[in-house]
Amino acid sequence: MNTPLDSSCVIDRLRATFRSGVTFPEQFRMTQLQNLLSLVEENEQLIQDALHKDLHKPKFESVLSEIQITLNDLYFAMENLRTWMQPEYNIGKNLATRMDDCFIRREPLGVVLIIGAWNYPLHLILLPLVAAIAAGNCAILKPSEICQATEQLLAELIPKYLSQDCYAVLCGGAEDTKSLLKNKFDHIFYTGSQVVARSILLAAAPHLTPVTLELGGKSPCFIYGHIDIQKAAKRLCWSKFFNTGQSCVAPDYVLCTAQTRDALLPALRETLRTFYGPDPGASLDMGRIVTPRHWRRLMDMLEKSKGKVVIGGGSREEDRYIAPTVLVDVQESDALMQEEIFGPILPILTIESLEEGIDYINRQEKPLALYVFSDETSVVTTVLNNTSSGGFCGNDGIVHMALPGLPFGGVGASGMGSYHGRWGFETFSHRRGCMNRSWLLERVNVLRYPPYSDYNLGWLRWATTFKKNSWGGCSVM
Amino acid sequence: MEKQAVQRAREAFLAGRSRPLEFRVQQLKSLQRMITDRQGEIATALKQDINRSQYDTPLFELIGLENEISLAVSKLAQWAAPRPVERNLLTISDQAYIQPEPLGVVLIIGAWNYPWALTLQPLVGAIAAGNAAVVKPSELSEYSASLLKALLPRYLDQELYPVVCGGVSETQELLRQRFDHVFYTGNSTVGKLVMEAAARHLTPVTLELGGKSPCYIDKDVDLRVACRRITWGKFVNCGQTCIAPDYILCEPSIQNRVVEGIRQTLLEFYGPDPKSSPDYGRIINQRHFNRLMTLLEGYTATVGGQSDSSQRYIAPTVVKDVPPQARLMQEEIFGPLLPIVTVSDIDDAIHFINEREKPLALYVFSSNKKVIKRMLAETTSGGVTVNDVIMHYTLNSLPFGGVGQSGTGRYHGKHTFDQFSHHRACLVKSLGLEEVHMVRYPPQNHQKVRRVRLAMRTPLVDFSKGTYIWAVTASIVALGLLVALTVILILAAGVSCTCL
Repeated sequence: MNTPLDSSCVIDRLRATFRSGVTFPEQFRMTQLQNLLSLVEENEQLIQDALHKDLHKPKFESVLSEIQITLNDLYFAMENLRTWMQPEYNIGKNLATRMDDCFIRREPLGVVLIIGAWNYPLHLILLPLVAAIAAGNCAILKPSEICQATEQLLAELIPKYLSQDCYAVLCGGAEDTKSLLKNKFDHIFYTGSQVVARSILLAAAPHLTPVTLELGGKSPCFIYGHIDIQKAAKRLCWSKFFNTGQSCVAPDYVLCTAQTRDALLPALRETLRTFYGPDPGASLDMGRIVTPRHWRRLMDMLEKSKGKVVIGGGSREEDRYIAPTVLVDVQESDALMQEEIFGPILPILTIESLEEGIDYINRQEKPLALYVFSDETSVVTTVLNNTSSGGFCGNDGIVHMALPGLPFGGVGASGMGSYHGRWGFETFSHRRGCMNRSWLLERVNVLRYPPYSDYNLGWLRWATTFKKNSWGGCSVM
Repeated sequence: MEKQAVQRAREAFLAGRSRPLEFRVQQLKSLQRMITDRQGEIATALKQDINRSQYDTPLFELIGLENEISLAVSKLAQWAAPRPVERNLLTISDQAYIQPEPLGVVLIIGAWNYPWALTLQPLVGAIAAGNAAVVKPSELSEYSASLLKALLPRYLDQELYPVVCGGVSETQELLRQRFDHVFYTGNSTVGKLVMEAAARHLTPVTLELGGKSPCYIDKDVDLRVACRRITWGKFVNCGQTCIAPDYILCEPSIQNRVVEGIRQTLLEFYGPDPKSSPDYGRIINQRHFNRLMTLLEGYTATVGGQSDSSQRYIAPTVVKDVPPQARLMQEEIFGPLLPIVTVSDIDDAIHFINEREKPLALYVFSSNKKVIKRMLAETTSGGVTVNDVIMHYTLNSLPFGGVGQSGTGRYHGKHTFDQFSHHRACLVKSLGLEEVHMVRYPPQNHQKVRRVRLAMRTPLVDFSKGTYIWAVTASIVALGLLVALTVILILAAGVSCTCL
C-alpha cells in the first residue's frame, strides 16, 4: 500500500520529469511504446497465469480480449504516431487570414491518472496508457485492487520496462484512491461504476481537471424481424457469456417478440451445449465470478427475480461458479432489471412491437452499447434513429470495440469521453489553435483600429465574412 | 420556474422536434434574422451595459456570430452525416462509422463582457447539433439579458430554447437540474462550482475560463506595428476580454520603446483624452472598478493612471518594471491596466510562463523563426497568435478553448457542433462470413487462437510510406514491361508480315 506521502512524492517526481520536456520527442514516445510492446509479448504466460488466478479467465479469452487487443492498439499507435503528432494545417481560412499560417498543435497535458477496472484488468489500464504515452504525458496507473495477481504483476513489470521517472504504478484500496485524488492531475481516466465516477468528478472539480469516464449500464439487445436465429444465438451467447458476462458491453438483456423467444430458446440451448458441453462448470472455457461478494450480489438478484429460469440456474459457491442462465417472463420491475447485471444471467423481455421496445429503452438511462439482430435494414435504422447509446453493433455483440477506428465511450450515465486508437491520443492531448500572422497586410489591419468609422467597418465586414462556397479568389488588397 | 423551463425543454426534445435538419436550419436562419433586424437595439443595450461603441458591437459580437450561423447552415448536412472509419479483416464487409447525435438538453451560461457573442455562439452549435438549450445570460450585463429574454422567444422555438434570467440563486437552481451538457463561460471560481454541480448528474462540461495571457516581445521586431496590434487587443472593450494580452514580457533594453509605441498608438486611437472618445469603453460595474483600482495601488503609471469612479472610467494605463510578486501579477487583470515585466531573454520568458498556470492565450512577437518555434514547443496555452493578438479567435476552423485552469473543451465552427454531439460508434455487421467467426467460439484450441489473432490485426492494408513507394515503383516497372512486351509482339508480327 502506498501512503499519501509516497503518492505525493511520486507525483512531484513525474511532474518534474514532465517539465523537463523529456516525454515530448517522437523518439522517446516510440521507445516507450516499443518497451510496452515487449512487456506484453515477453510476459504472455505470466499475464495469462495472473488472469487465470484472478478471474479463472480461459486462455483464449486472455489472448483475445486482453493481450491481443493491447498489442493491436500498440501496433496501431506506433504506426500512426508520427501522423497524429503532426500539426494539422488543412483548415479553412478567410480573406483576412489568407496570408497567415494557421494550424492546430496536439500538445501533452502533463501528469495523468489512469484508474483501471477488475473485469479486464490488463487492457483497461494498458490501452489508456498507450494513448497517454503516445500523447507525450507522464502517467500514474492505479490498477484495480480486486485482481491482486494482475495488480502485482503490473507493479512489478511496468518499472522494469518503462521509464520510472515518467510512469508509476500505485497500488491500494478505496481509501488510498481517495487520498490519491486529492492531488492535482492534468487528466483523470476512470473505468468503473457510476457511484465512484461521481466522487471522482467531485474530486476533480476543485482542480478543474478534465475527466474521461468509462462506465456501464444495461446494454439492450433487440432480436427482431427476419433473422437467422441459429447464427444470432451463437453471437449472442458468445458476447453474453464471454468473461462470464462481466463485460461493460455485454448484452445485458434481450427484447424480442414471444414468437422469436420461442425460436431463440432451443437455439440458445444448443449453442451453449456446443460451447461448454453438458456441464459448463466442468468446461475449461467457462470463467468464474471475480469475488464472493460479486457472486452473492448475482445470486441475490437471481433469487429475487420473478422470471422463470429456462436454461441453467445452477451455481457453486466454493469456486464462485454460476451457470449460463436464461430467464423468460421478466417484467420491467424485476430485480434483474434495476441495475447492470454484469454476470452470466440473461433475462428475455417480451415485446409486441419495435416501438414498445424502443420506448422501454428510452425510459432508461443511456446504455454503453446497444445491439440489434435483424436482417431488415428498416429495423436497424429505426432503432438507431430513435435511441442513443455509447456505441452500437448490428448483428453481433462486443466486437465494435475491437475496431480502433471507432471511438469507444459512453454517453449520459454510461460515461463521458472516448478512447481507442486515435481517439485515445486526442483524449490525452490539448488541441492548441495557432495563428502565425504575417507582418504584411498591415493595411488590412488598419481597418480594425480606432478611431472607428462606418467606412472601415464596411470593408472589414467584407474581408472577414464567411462566404458560402468561397473559392478564396482574388483579394482586393 | 427554472425547473419548469428545463422540464418543458426536455419534453420538447423527447418529442423529436429539434432533430430534423430542416428544423435546425430554419431556427438558425431565424436567429440570423434576429441579429440583422435588431442590431440597433442590441447596440443600445450594449452601450447601456458597458459603454460599448457602436462599431465594437458588430466588430466583436455580431460579425463573428453571423459567420458562425452561415457556416452552420451551409455545412450542417455534412457535419451531421455518418463519418466512415477504417476497418480490419474481420469487419471488411461491414459498415463501420461514427454517427453524430444530439445530447439532449444543454445549459449555456453566458458571460457579461461579450454578452451576445459568448451566449449565442454556443447556442448556434447546440441548435446545429439538434439539442434543446436553456440559455442563461449573465445578469451583470442586465440590459442585454433583458433584451435577449424579450427577443429570443420571438424568433426561436420557445420551448426548445428558453431564456432564463436571474442572479446567483437562479443559476444555482438551474445547476441543480439535470442537463446533458453544461457550457459555461466565465471565471475559474464559478467554473469549479459548475463542474461540481454537474458532477452530481455525471454531466459533461465545457468551461471557457481565463487566466493571465502573456505577451512576449522579442528584441528585433518592428515595434511600431507590434505595439499598435497589442494596444488594440489590450484596450478594446476596456481590457475586459478573456484573451486580451494580460501582461508584456520583454528585455529591459526595449522596454522604453515599447512604452513609447503604446503611448503613440493610444493617441492615434483615442486622442489625448480617452474619456471623451466614443470608441473607449467603461468598466462593467463598481465592484470590478474597485478591484482594478486596488491592483494599481502602490504603483506609478508610466502611461495613463487617471480614473473617474462616477463613470467607472479608467484610462488606458501602462506600468513599467512590475515585479513578479506584485498584485497586478497575481490574478487575471481583465481591465485596461498593462504591466510590463522584464526578462533577461527567451529562456527566462519561457521559464516565467511555465511557472504559472496554463493561460487561455499566448502571444509572441518576433521576426526570428527559432524564437517562435521555441515559444510554441516549450509552453502550452489554450491558443496562440504569433505577431498579433486575439486573431486566432476569429478563425472558426481553429478550436477555441482553454487547458488546465483556463478551461476544458473547445468550440467555434464545427468544433461547437462536435462539442454538443455524442459521437456514437456504429458497427453494422451481416450474419454472413460465419466461417470466419467460428474461430472465436468455444470450445477453444491453439489453432483457433492463432487464426483469431491474425484476423484481428489492423490495418488491413499497410499504407505506410515504404509500401506506397514499393507499390508505385512496382506498378511503373510492370507497366514498362507490359509496354515492352507489346512493342516486341508488334515488331515480331511486323517482321513476319514484311517477310511474306
